[in-house]
Amino acid sequence: MQTLFRNPLAGPYVLGISSGASLGVAILILGSSILGGSFLIFSSSNIMLSIAASLGSFLVLFAVILVAKRVKNTMTILIIGLMFGSITASTISVLAYFSSAEYLQQYLFWSFGSLGNLTWDEILIFVIIYLIGIALVIPTIKPLNTLLLGENYAKSLGINFYKTRNLILIATSLLTGVITAFSGPIAFVGLATPHITKLVFNTSNHKILIPAVALFGAIIMLISDTIAQLPNSEYTLPINAITTLFGAPVVIWLLVRKKKINL
Amino acid sequence: MLDNKQDNILKSKKLSIGYSSKKQRNIIAKDLDLNLIKGELVCLLGKNGIGKSTLLRTLTQVQPKLSGEIFIQNNVLEDYTPSELSKQISIVLTEKIPPSNLTVYELIALGRQPYTNWLGTLTNEDIIQINLALDQTNLHDLVNKRCDELSDGQLQRVMICRALAQNTDIIILDEPTAHLDIQHKIETFKLLQTLAHKLHKSILISTHEIQLAIQTGDKLWLMIKDGFLTGEPQTLIKNDNINQLFDSELIKFDKKSNQFIVN
Repeated sequence: MQTLFRNPLAGPYVLGISSGASLGVAILILGSSILGGSFLIFSSSNIMLSIAASLGSFLVLFAVILVAKRVKNTMTILIIGLMFGSITASTISVLAYFSSAEYLQQYLFWSFGSLGNLTWDEILIFVIIYLIGIALVIPTIKPLNTLLLGENYAKSLGINFYKTRNLILIATSLLTGVITAFSGPIAFVGLATPHITKLVFNTSNHKILIPAVALFGAIIMLISDTIAQLPNSEYTLPINAITTLFGAPVVIWLLVRKKKINL
Repeated sequence: MLDNKQDNILKSKKLSIGYSSKKQRNIIAKDLDLNLIKGELVCLLGKNGIGKSTLLRTLTQVQPKLSGEIFIQNNVLEDYTPSELSKQISIVLTEKIPPSNLTVYELIALGRQPYTNWLGTLTNEDIIQINLALDQTNLHDLVNKRCDELSDGQLQRVMICRALAQNTDIIILDEPTAHLDIQHKIETFKLLQTLAHKLHKSILISTHEIQLAIQTGDKLWLMIKDGFLTGEPQTLIKNDNINQLFDSELIKFDKKSNQFIVN
């Protein structure tokens, strides 16, 4: 995504895609609270949750891309992404205001984020969608390398830009959607991991980057979760808080060292 | 007029270029009969805004033509798929490539993308072609450097090398010497001249370096207010055509020194 947007700060959370997923879930949980019992059965099902989250993230991502086509300045795109994030956040507030405490609590706990509390059936669904997402990403490795030269060069090398872009968009919203549905919105890992990976491997080749970023992301999440479990204590912190606590400084550090950021 | 069919690499008949929207057609130039033959270096001259870039963009199918026909190797341009076209035409642009961790070798290897498999793996043939391109541009010393460590002059040579590695009959360059000092300008023109004559590439460049274009170009294409002129540099000078490039009273072309001077 960072290559696609030609922006080192692009990521599912910053561009409001995670917020989109949250909105999908909020509409499902809180909306069913407002509309009453008929949706109750659905809202507890995790499949519905992940569909809602995927749809939500896809809608926001699509909106961002539509706007991104009109404005060329990548910084503007990021700000627009943030605005979309704000819009979804306030929509959620409105929904929250009208829904009952019980559902609100369900949503709030979901939004804290947690890697636990999954049944094996849920993990199976998670793995299947994850594999589909990965399968969609693999054919984009070669075009993404070309996109390092910019859109025009990529086109001159016979790359179908729109197909590549759509594949990445679908894969991103699917992956963000399913992950957000099962574990709550997780901030900043998507943004920070590619940069940490690039620091370690010192390459821009997506053939190395994509598997490495996936691996590093998993490692970082595992470390965050370990911290969140607070070893030697009974408390478990919301994982979203941990990733943000560590992720936000990384973003600040990147902005301060702007000159050094590479795709 | 008798054409040798094999030598007509790029040709157009009654070509009109410009932009069209729902409301209106904005014709920038019309009735262009272009002919680029094998092994010649053609310099496209014209003042700012006359449509040089539009013409190049139309010839490379980045933007659609308004009317007329374009032929590549005697086939209609529109019949080529993007990947087929990428084996016929390579480009070098004025725009800077986005910052990345790409090394010179990786960047040049991207020129082989039209020929590589879905993962972009380099075969022996690809490596031979890359080395040939490196030989021609004398870049072997730089291959392990990172692209952001290069000077503008070196980077431009790398981009030309990348276009060579793409192994196309036609190379189109949009103001390749815009950011360069006079030494690198001359070196670039010399290099392009050598490539055209030695490797029988058909090279079309748009430029503002009128003096260098006269000295190194086999032919000039002049885009002027009332139309389009083509011919060998000396003929165009003799017929006072070069003088038509600019319509200002302030400057005129001095035949003795081959340059524009203050009137």
